[in-house]
Amino acid sequence: MSVSATHLERLPRSVQLCLALGALALLVFPFVGSDFYVSMVTRMMILAILAMSLDLLQGVTGLVSLGHAAFFGLAGYVLAFASPADAGASIWWSLPLAVFGAGLAALIIGFFVVRTQGIYFIMVTMAFAQMVYYLFFDNKVLGGSDGLYINLKPTMALGSFVLLDLDNKRSLFYLVLALTALVYGFLRRLLFSPFGRTLSGIRINEHRMRAMGYSTFGYKLAAFTLAGGLAGVAGYLWGAQTGYINPDLMGFHTSAHTIMMVILGGMGNFAGAIVGAFAFEILLHVFKDLSKHWQLLMGTFIVAVVVFAPRGLLGWFERSNNKETQHD
Amino acid sequence: MDFGTFLIQILNSVQYGLLLFMLAAGLTLIFGIMGVVNLAHGSFYMLGAYLAWFLAAQLGSFTLALVVGVVLAVAFGLLLERVLFRYFYHRSHLDQVLLTFGLIYIFEESRSILWGDDVHSVNIPAALSASIPLTENLSYPVYRLFMSGVCIALALGLYWLISKTKLGMKIRAGAFNRDMAQALGVNVKRIQMVVFALGVGLAAISGMIASPISSVYPNMGSSVLIMCFVVVVIGGIGSVRGALIAALLVGLVDTFGKVLFPSVSSMLVYVLMAAVLLWKPEGLFKQ
Repeated sequence: MSVSATHLERLPRSVQLCLALGALALLVFPFVGSDFYVSMVTRMMILAILAMSLDLLQGVTGLVSLGHAAFFGLAGYVLAFASPADAGASIWWSLPLAVFGAGLAALIIGFFVVRTQGIYFIMVTMAFAQMVYYLFFDNKVLGGSDGLYINLKPTMALGSFVLLDLDNKRSLFYLVLALTALVYGFLRRLLFSPFGRTLSGIRINEHRMRAMGYSTFGYKLAAFTLAGGLAGVAGYLWGAQTGYINPDLMGFHTSAHTIMMVILGGMGNFAGAIVGAFAFEILLHVFKDLSKHWQLLMGTFIVAVVVFAPRGLLGWFERSNNKETQHD
Repeated sequence: MDFGTFLIQILNSVQYGLLLFMLAAGLTLIFGIMGVVNLAHGSFYMLGAYLAWFLAAQLGSFTLALVVGVVLAVAFGLLLERVLFRYFYHRSHLDQVLLTFGLIYIFEESRSILWGDDVHSVNIPAALSASIPLTENLSYPVYRLFMSGVCIALALGLYWLISKTKLGMKIRAGAFNRDMAQALGVNVKRIQMVVFALGVGLAAISGMIASPISSVYPNMGSSVLIMCFVVVVIGGIGSVRGALIAALLVGLVDTFGKVLFPSVSSMLVYVLMAAVLLWKPEGLFKQ
């Protein structure tokens, strides 16, 4: 796999400071932003979770998946099916269920795709995601091409006291913010754990890892499953925010957008994925405002990024912080 | 299923398989020789279909539209290779995926600006619009036979080109060992340009001859692209022979799946792919 061997893993002070300031700004944002922008920032954070989950595969392990959106969409469907007709689903069990569902699907699909390499991996992940897409698209029981509505938003109650009702935009915002921080913290810890180091080793030289006695198949499958489950967190929140889920969410456009977010911010450190998700959504918003031919602008932008800035926004910091040796 | 219906399904599956082969052959050659993942391959199929529709209306002749369309498509392929793809042969697959995904957006929107978002139909040329009666009440359209015929002729041509001509020898040399071929005086850059344009041409021809049957509509490249991926994965990357066998297999499973198991038909092809992956992770005919 020809993904570059070294990434910016340890973040420079300047980036850490920016992240902390960004988190502070997000904490107070619902008190200053209008409803429209609160919803938009909520969506960006949801996509940031999705992008971080993909970064575990793409940036850390070196597996380029074009089917990641399948797990994102699946969790949304789990929420739709778990929601009773007359009340919102309880977050206590519906969120773990959605994450488990997405993770289980990732485990099953991963069992097939993880044995392939490079170009095959890209094509096979895309094909399996398309299979899931058709499963939902063709079956009326599963919502068909129209998708499903989640009419009543999930709630979290302790006894009879309602802690959170996701119908409230602010509650949703803070739940999403908390989960974004939680996922980020978890993945950062994971990155420097023995498991994370092994995944990095697989990206840099899988043959060597295998020669050293690591069962790379097991590690890659575990990473694929975990990434699928975390994409499920994002998918659940997406369903809770929009109240609507359809097969297009699982299509390869969503997967490719997620890849773009990870690239845009800079791979392999999760902070870049967050920055990339925000940047991508802002761009999409601007392009759609600018012209009805936004696809032309987005396409040109993507091509320009690949040609001129393939290492992303955080990649700029790399030059000043290039202590790691190159293995290319 | 009586014999007449069975025969029709067989003919349909072979026709679909051959069409997929035309597309997958270009894709697998571009993979095999340049190592490029090309998500925009489906767009070339769409380009062919729109060219057939547009030129047939302008020139008043489907045959003439085919000829002019092929020339335009190949010219487009040469240009694209020269200004863009050439610089991505040594880049990571990730960059290639993003580049070609960006191109899909650009191609789709250009199509929308140039030709609009309506669905168009293309008339079957009068000489090929007849049907051959099989039984008292079943018949088979001549045009579908014509499609299969064109595909078989092109497949034979491709075989001849790659295994019997000097150019084909250079293509194989370039695929086998690029640096060595270069050292021995083969102009690998030109070979790559030719192979890329060949792939674009084959995809465009597929789109053109399929247009009277499938009609012409936005995003028509996406579903075809994914089917091509399945074919290439099953056949083994870089193997044209593998692509042929895999395409026929996919055509058979897809066509008969729709008749025998309509509720799960769209998933059967992927089940086939999963089975092949379990058995041979690198495809049936790995190069």
